[in-house]
Amino acid sequence: MTVITPEVDNVSAPGRHRLLDELPREKLGWMLQRMCEIRYFEEKAEDLYIRGLVHGTMHLSIGMEAGSVGSVATLRPEDLIIHHHRGHGHTIAKGADLTIMMAEFLGRETGYCRGRGGSMHIADIPGGNLGATGVVGGGIPTAVGIGLALQMHRSEQILLSYFGDGATNEGEFHESLNMASTWKLPVVFICDNNQYGMSMHMSKVMNIKKISERAASYGIPGVTVDGNDVLAVYEAVLAADERARSGQGPSLVDCLTYRWRGHSKSDRNLYRTAQEIEEWKHKCPIKRFKNVLVEGGAMTRDEVEGIDQAAKTAVDHAAEEALTFPEPSPENMEDEVYAP
Amino acid sequence: MITETKREITYLEAVREALVQEMRTDKEVFLIGEDVGTYGGAFGVSKGMLEEFGPERVRDTPISEAAIAGAATGAALMGMRPVMEVMFMDFLTISTNQLVNAAAKMRFMFGGKCSIPMVIRAPSGSGTGAAAQHSQSLEAWFVNVPGIKVVAPSTPYDAKGLLIAAIRDNNPVLFMEHKLLYRMKGPVPEEPYSIPLKSADVKREGRDLTIVAYSIMVPRALEAAEKLTAEGIDVEVVDPRSLKPLDEETIVRSVSKTGRVLIAHEAPRTGGFGGELAAMVAESEAFDYLDVPIRRLAGRDVPIPYNRTLERAAVPQVEDIVAAARALAQEGK
Repeated sequence: MTVITPEVDNVSAPGRHRLLDELPREKLGWMLQRMCEIRYFEEKAEDLYIRGLVHGTMHLSIGMEAGSVGSVATLRPEDLIIHHHRGHGHTIAKGADLTIMMAEFLGRETGYCRGRGGSMHIADIPGGNLGATGVVGGGIPTAVGIGLALQMHRSEQILLSYFGDGATNEGEFHESLNMASTWKLPVVFICDNNQYGMSMHMSKVMNIKKISERAASYGIPGVTVDGNDVLAVYEAVLAADERARSGQGPSLVDCLTYRWRGHSKSDRNLYRTAQEIEEWKHKCPIKRFKNVLVEGGAMTRDEVEGIDQAAKTAVDHAAEEALTFPEPSPENMEDEVYAP
Repeated sequence: MITETKREITYLEAVREALVQEMRTDKEVFLIGEDVGTYGGAFGVSKGMLEEFGPERVRDTPISEAAIAGAATGAALMGMRPVMEVMFMDFLTISTNQLVNAAAKMRFMFGGKCSIPMVIRAPSGSGTGAAAQHSQSLEAWFVNVPGIKVVAPSTPYDAKGLLIAAIRDNNPVLFMEHKLLYRMKGPVPEEPYSIPLKSADVKREGRDLTIVAYSIMVPRALEAAEKLTAEGIDVEVVDPRSLKPLDEETIVRSVSKTGRVLIAHEAPRTGGFGGELAAMVAESEAFDYLDVPIRRLAGRDVPIPYNRTLERAAVPQVEDIVAAARALAQEGK
């Protein structure tokens, strides 16, 4: 098995990153805290699953935290996201309450979806998180409609539409990017490219080196960024946001990253080597961002570790509290299927 | 149910009138689909609408049925009321992921915290020589998906009132328009009106047996009923109009009165909606009133063939309904 060396267009230049000066300190701290919360949340969810407290399955994004946080960090509060089954990161980045989110994992009535959706379908509509779909690529056509409504309402809001590398092989991806481009919809299409569609490495299922090359066929900009560099993601997505907000239409941002865990809970990692996984663990986006912050003089080591610890504590509290919440009742489920 | 009106228009015009009137009163309503703009729709339903409402609200699309369904679903999630036209019901196969996995499920899956008010207009049915991929009646697929409603009007009056109700409904509604009905004329009031979705209509009263029929089978059943009058057989025709939600009460009441029921639809018999109707009657109090077993008359279990004779033979025609109803009326006597 070969270890793939991925190619990216944009890497942060060596030395101090200019965003350390341009972004407020609070914003940088917010980004680090959200990344740490995602990591601890998923580790906690995994632990609860192993202990038999979480039902079903889950798709962890451990190792991919820079993509969701770096992109959501570019948004205004009223902007929107729609995402996918590996969506815990987007949800936390968009501002989910960790306790309500954990309650959903535990299937409780007080969860985001009242226990009807679970890990794979978390939505927080008032918070601008328009939900996660479990069908690969299935959120992309819906994103076209959301973008269309924004455009028809003359809104200044934009939408980030997330999907994985595997989704770009779906027909829905093609139909949707073509339509969104034709109508110049205010959408940024973001590929959370962890390189594997379940077991299939992208090099075995597409005859191109970079997913961003696909943008050319829709006449929109496409860029592949180092998806483990939260500041590189931020820069690329911000440029795409501006294009979307100014009526010029969508872009495709391909965030190249890696998932440390298997596809879901049944994965035995038969399709990749332990060495490959270890190599990517050395590229941990959280450690990397901490070092950027400390070495760039934006924060002290104590400050970044303080943020890390605060995230861990928040997740621990969320899990403790969520475990006390009530289970939903199976009565009258039919009454919830249709809107009155 | 029919209000007094002298004006007669076609089923196709009734569909257009409902669209136009709703678009005039609610700016969130828009039409989206292939060739609905300049072309006026493959069957001419939206003729003239581009001129009145402009290209944003009478929106031509690429040939992309999945993205069209997604565009409608996403816009509905944002509070708009899109009406998507699929050129032929058969092409819903390409839209199905968005309709079945997204539109139908979002409300429930997200804990009841959103709604998807959209209409999927689908020209359905055979009889036009369009063969296997442009002639299907796929209602049974969608009736089996919680979260979608399914409507199948049989008259111009019902088409207008049910489409207005479907547009105002806060859920995805699949609206079947039978292609052979487009030219049918009938009385339709000019003012907007809506027909509640869960309301079957007794299209003809009779004593001897009940025919439950929807869409194209309603005019065929009514014609069959006229022919049987001469033989002294008095047929009642009940049109459920919406298959989901289903007005069970009106059907049960009719079958309890006549004691005999024939269920007619165009879609293939196996797994067809007729099975559901039969089961519903069998489980109801009407079972005690049945003099003979419930009978179904449905499409044959074949793809719709091209050849004129074969095409006619694949789905129930007036003479088939006459024969089946006559046999049912005489059974056990």
